[in-house]
Amino acid sequence: MTIKRRVAVIGAGITLFRRRLKETGKELSYHASKMALDSAEMNLSEIESVVMGTAPDAFDGIHMKSENLLDGAGGTGRPYMRPFVGGGTGVFAPIAGWWHVASGLYDTCLVVAEEKMSPVQPHPQTAFRTIWDPIITRPLQPNLVWIFALEMNRYMTKHNIPKEHIAEVAVKNKSNALDHPSAQLAAKITVEDVMNSETMVWPVQRLDISPPSDGAAALVLASEEVAKKYTDSPVWIDGVGWSLDSSYWTNRDLYYPQYVEEAAKMAYKMAKIDDPPNQVSFAEPYDPFTYKELHHMEGLLLAKKGEAPKLTHEGVTQRDGKLPICPSGGLLGVGNPIAAAGLMKCCEAFWQLRNEAGKRQVDGAETGVCQAWGDLMQVGTVTVFRR
Amino acid sequence: MTVAVVGVGYTDFRSATPDVTFKEQMFEAAVKAYTDAGVSPRKDIGSFITGAEDYWEGYSIFDEFVPDQLGATLRPVCTISGDGLQALMTGVMQVETGMFDIVAIEAHSKASDMLSFTGIVSHGLDPVYNRSMNVSPFFVAGLEMRKYLSETKTTREQCARVVVKNKKNALDNPLAAYPASMSVDEVMNSEMVSDPLSRRDLSPLADGAIVFVLASEKRAKELSDYPIWLKGLSWISETPWLESRNWSEATYAKLASKKAYKMAGIIDPKKQLDLVEVDDWFSYKELQHLEAIGICEKGQAGKLLEQGKFDRNGETPVNVSGGRLGAGNLLEASSLQSVLECVLQLRGHAGKRQIKNARTAAAQSWRGIPTATGSMLILSNEK
Repeated sequence: MTIKRRVAVIGAGITLFRRRLKETGKELSYHASKMALDSAEMNLSEIESVVMGTAPDAFDGIHMKSENLLDGAGGTGRPYMRPFVGGGTGVFAPIAGWWHVASGLYDTCLVVAEEKMSPVQPHPQTAFRTIWDPIITRPLQPNLVWIFALEMNRYMTKHNIPKEHIAEVAVKNKSNALDHPSAQLAAKITVEDVMNSETMVWPVQRLDISPPSDGAAALVLASEEVAKKYTDSPVWIDGVGWSLDSSYWTNRDLYYPQYVEEAAKMAYKMAKIDDPPNQVSFAEPYDPFTYKELHHMEGLLLAKKGEAPKLTHEGVTQRDGKLPICPSGGLLGVGNPIAAAGLMKCCEAFWQLRNEAGKRQVDGAETGVCQAWGDLMQVGTVTVFRR
Repeated sequence: MTVAVVGVGYTDFRSATPDVTFKEQMFEAAVKAYTDAGVSPRKDIGSFITGAEDYWEGYSIFDEFVPDQLGATLRPVCTISGDGLQALMTGVMQVETGMFDIVAIEAHSKASDMLSFTGIVSHGLDPVYNRSMNVSPFFVAGLEMRKYLSETKTTREQCARVVVKNKKNALDNPLAAYPASMSVDEVMNSEMVSDPLSRRDLSPLADGAIVFVLASEKRAKELSDYPIWLKGLSWISETPWLESRNWSEATYAKLASKKAYKMAGIIDPKKQLDLVEVDDWFSYKELQHLEAIGICEKGQAGKLLEQGKFDRNGETPVNVSGGRLGAGNLLEASSLQSVLECVLQLRGHAGKRQIKNARTAAAQSWRGIPTATGSMLILSNEK
């Protein structure tokens, strides 16, 4: 496999992540896009194509939501496209931006991800009532916390993992988020706080879950030739991968996300990575729940099966550890406006690899991996960034 | 561009399909397309792309339900929340990167499952400025048709002739859901929906699924005796605001065709295109689109239609398949229905409705109310 053109990230932008923001989805898209363009020192007129990542239309109650958002994201009068893989969309949107440029069809692409969950009443969870198979699963009236509790339980049981080790992910990520200016739930908490928080569906407790949020993020992508005109320090997209497993999630063993491994192998192959734990400087796996960070570290082949909790407990995944995980603060700390949260991780990779992450900076960051996950515990999306 | 269509698969299009689920429709189309291309989804196809919108499907996250029936589990699969042509163009870009040699594209409609089509369309209107008026969303098409007719001096009768032509063309398309011999009077006298738009000016909904297999140049020549090459493509969105767009012409189609023609080296579309399939969600849209993509001057489409220039044996055959009006409105899949017609014609497989010596064809799409988004694809049976 020979990839036609190398693609660079040359700008990034992000809004505040909050439970409720007064701005409309269009306005949030605008703010993130403007910041990304400004950071690239580029005008919108230099953007040839736009990709919009945003999760279910049901959040906004707008059919063909991306059509409504398009002027906020600079899509007017441009090729504008919305790739959609549920919760995996945030890391998938830059992959779609990547093929716009790598194909040679466009030299620049503005990738925007927006999510506004607050319009859903009484709670964003309501929008997920219609994600289930209408015959097999929907009559049971499940919700997401319910199925993730099943998965978490299976993971803990299979590897005999103490809940306290999983709780350490919340402590780390919320603490990392103290240094992120967009963060919604940054905090100094302890393992005891997590263990004593309200039980939602055992073993998932209140502090194991990321919050519903409003927010947006954006990246500017450019071909190698164009990137060099704008910056001396482009960040390269060197690997992309995605994989979608069967709709019938009840038919597979939930202890391991094979689809994440398939996506990771595809991205690593493209990036010529054969020893991920030693070749990746930091990673931003998707962490909407504490256990998901660990699950995804294993799927990303950064830890052996069942060993991610041990690495976390030993401090390996701290920002100053050997393999920093979620130095941004992740979804648990910064917030979870679904598609925007995934792209927030890619923004973090951009800032880390440009040495612009301020207090969050990881020493010697050369290669960063971002990953998102979604659907019915079913999709993995992976991007490898290099300086 | 060096990507070709090497396999097509489709169900027939029907007004209702209570006997099958959307998964079964997708499966039928996919198996036919893979067989036509002689490929295995598990071994040969690198990526799978579906064009789908959540609200049409009745799911919050529809891509969850895509992989199994395409033979695509644990493989690169995604949906494009857009029309089928945007999904197809995504496939082209993926092949052009060098990442994949073969990709599969799918779009379908299970419109008969919808309880309220107009309710869903209404949910596409801006929730603050437009939806709150609480009227049928077809007022957008009514207003646009009124503006188009008055600005271009096109008549309602000419629009009615679009319906008559397309339904007649559909008589020779065995897949079509709504073929008919209909008179101009029947269209003109049908119930008014949003003046001057009457019931028969609207394309009726249908169910169906379409799958294409695309391949890179090298693989296309190995796989197919009649690869159909994708020579030019473009998709474009104009303003989402009803209040600020140009109501008399389809700017999105104009911009998309310009770029697609340039890529395909088409200077005089009227002469160089042997047939075109344009979006005819509403009768007047066919005329508006023909003007926008340069098949004729603004304001001329109605007259040329009356003269029979767009008939199957006319100068530029338009919607030989029957279009949305005759074959059925397949929502996001209708643009792939247009591509399907082009492929069958260019292969010489269009049966009774075959256009002789067809070499180059164009498929143009519009995403419907309230969007100003459309795509354009140029296909040819010559490399």
